[in-house]
Amino acid sequence: MASILFIIILLYLLSSAGYILFLFAQKEIYHQLSYRIMMAGFVGHTILIGVEFFRIGYLPAQNLHQTLMFAGWSLAGVFLLLKYRYRLNILGVYAAPLTTVIMIAAFCVPAVAVSPTPLFKSIWLILHIVIIFIAEASMALACGTGILYLIQEHAIKSKTNRFFLKRLPSLEFLDRTGYTFIITGFTMLTIGLITGFVYAQLVWGKFWSWDNKEIWSMITWLIYAALLHGRLVAGWRGRRAAIMAIIGFAVLLFTFFGVNFLLEGHHDEFTKW
Amino acid sequence: MTNSQNGNGEPAGISAVISDFGPITGPTSGPEMSDILLIGVNHKTAPVELREKLAFSTEETETALKLLHETPHINETMIISTCNRVEILMVTKNQSLSIETISSFIAATKSISLPQLKKSTYIHSGDQAIAHVFRVASSLDSMMIGEPQILGQLKEAFKFAVGKKNTGLILNRLMHKAFSVAKRVRSETGIGGHAVSISYAAVELAKKIFDTLDGKTILLVGAGEMAELAVEHLTRNTVSGNLLVANRTFSVGVELANQYSGNAIRLEEIPEKLKTVDIIISSTGSPDYVITKNHVKPTMRSRKNRPLFFIDIAVPRDIDPAINRISNAYVYDIDDLQGVINENIDNRNAESIKAERMVDESVIKFTDWCDSLNVIPTIVALRNKLNAIADMELSKTMQTLQHLSSSDRKAFEKMAESLINKILHDPTLFLKNPGVHRNKTVYLDFTRKLFNIDS
Repeated sequence: MASILFIIILLYLLSSAGYILFLFAQKEIYHQLSYRIMMAGFVGHTILIGVEFFRIGYLPAQNLHQTLMFAGWSLAGVFLLLKYRYRLNILGVYAAPLTTVIMIAAFCVPAVAVSPTPLFKSIWLILHIVIIFIAEASMALACGTGILYLIQEHAIKSKTNRFFLKRLPSLEFLDRTGYTFIITGFTMLTIGLITGFVYAQLVWGKFWSWDNKEIWSMITWLIYAALLHGRLVAGWRGRRAAIMAIIGFAVLLFTFFGVNFLLEGHHDEFTKW
Repeated sequence: MTNSQNGNGEPAGISAVISDFGPITGPTSGPEMSDILLIGVNHKTAPVELREKLAFSTEETETALKLLHETPHINETMIISTCNRVEILMVTKNQSLSIETISSFIAATKSISLPQLKKSTYIHSGDQAIAHVFRVASSLDSMMIGEPQILGQLKEAFKFAVGKKNTGLILNRLMHKAFSVAKRVRSETGIGGHAVSISYAAVELAKKIFDTLDGKTILLVGAGEMAELAVEHLTRNTVSGNLLVANRTFSVGVELANQYSGNAIRLEEIPEKLKTVDIIISSTGSPDYVITKNHVKPTMRSRKNRPLFFIDIAVPRDIDPAINRISNAYVYDIDDLQGVINENIDNRNAESIKAERMVDESVIKFTDWCDSLNVIPTIVALRNKLNAIADMELSKTMQTLQHLSSSDRKAFEKMAESLINKILHDPTLFLKNPGVHRNKTVYLDFTRKLFNIDS
């Protein structure tokens, strides 16, 4: 297993290198190649998780190692899909290295034993995990697009940095694509939270228990809701939307990891290591 | 061509014509061998007054092509006439005679004295001419390196010459190669990549702010040549979009708006219109800012923060530079645009080195093809000569052998023919391919001398 994981990481690493090369050299072939290499890594990654799923009988996202593996998988998958749909090639400079870093972290974290309970097999839990991870991957990409927006905006405003001006797409395109990512992420986040509530009702007999994780999830959801509301009503576009997407993702990361490490809550075991 | 070869019925004084023109760059050909020759002036050798005078109108081109078509020593011709160059490209069997024909023709029709013409004219032949055509097509010889218009002009000129049946095997192939070299240079180097004029730079920047310029509204404040040029470039990049023109003199604004099927507004309406327009191009003669931060700031809210791009080409400036500090509003003045351009020009010059290499490669390939063309006539001439000798000797011999039957005579003829074939077999193979590092033309020349073919 470790050697397969090693090969997958190597593929992601190669893809990252290709995308960085693309940023500098601007040859079509580099991003096309990187995209295919990443695809190869993703296929291997999917097989690895799939095999594990059938071996243990529940979704492997129950300790930190598995969680990171799954996070990397969903990020790669969502990027490959959205990049195919929206042709934002340059986003690979962000997505591929981020995936690689997550996977290296997963490689370094030892897999602690999980004591499985029949509860893990609930379809609601599986849906909850998969959908929430897709939401988080979309938000990660929205954050990346926001970063690209700020870089490009700075390049245009400052009138000095021609390096990025030439290489990044137009502000309007970045803004619109980032918005699409957030809509995708927000929809998934909403569905993911609902499935979580249903699962909580099944397990603990109540939808809401004022757990830290639940509270922070709600805060994250409200931030993105505010972002979308602001865009529709007050026209929060461009710079403000980009900054909000970055802040939203930071809060989301805190909800994902920070709450488990710093506060106590009922998701703790999923990041055990 | 050496002077000794000029003796073949050519009028005296041709070598003088050549020496007046200065050296021809490239090889000079021997008789019976077609060579590419190019005579021309461009922005580097002739001032605009002379280029204007030399430029060929369509009718003049037609007349000239017709005349050159009827000139026996010129096989193929085309005429390129743009504002930066006038060039006559031809395939000729006799370079010096062609040079004289062309120069006296131009001197006569354009009423320019020969010495004045000669001072500004360059002449290229053979691989130098090929390289020149490739460089022109690839926009390496342009005043602004990488500008795209020249390729279109060249295509037009070629099409015209083809239409008049002035081109043939060599020029057709040369021009098609030139077009494909130009295409390769354009796609594989950054030579045409970035804007090098104010209006192009403005369009390029607008495309980095707006995803598409389609459906965008452009507001032109004031009227000036440069502003109009920018509007023209912007509207050329849009399928649909609106144009508003605000001018101090309303009637001038109306006139200009009509020209681009837009609408004229009054200067006082500008702050209100800022809510709906996307790109503002300003070039008034006003000493103060026409649009200030206070105009723009309140409108951003009702615009829902849709980006606003100001292009200020006026000196003194029309647009308050502080507007650039407002979110989603971008201001570029003439110096900013010039900065963009300067950097792009540097890039183009760096890229042109790559392009020159591509041109060199293609020239070598094309010269090889030309050489292979010249091999065939030499071999044919050689064969003709041997056939003539064989025929003569056969008929002499046959006179003394009257008693032979016709089938016996046929056998003799056959023998003579196969002797010629056997003798020619190895030289033919050698001339077609003398080896990688050997210069074919040298051997061709030697063969012609050895068998005294050209006498």
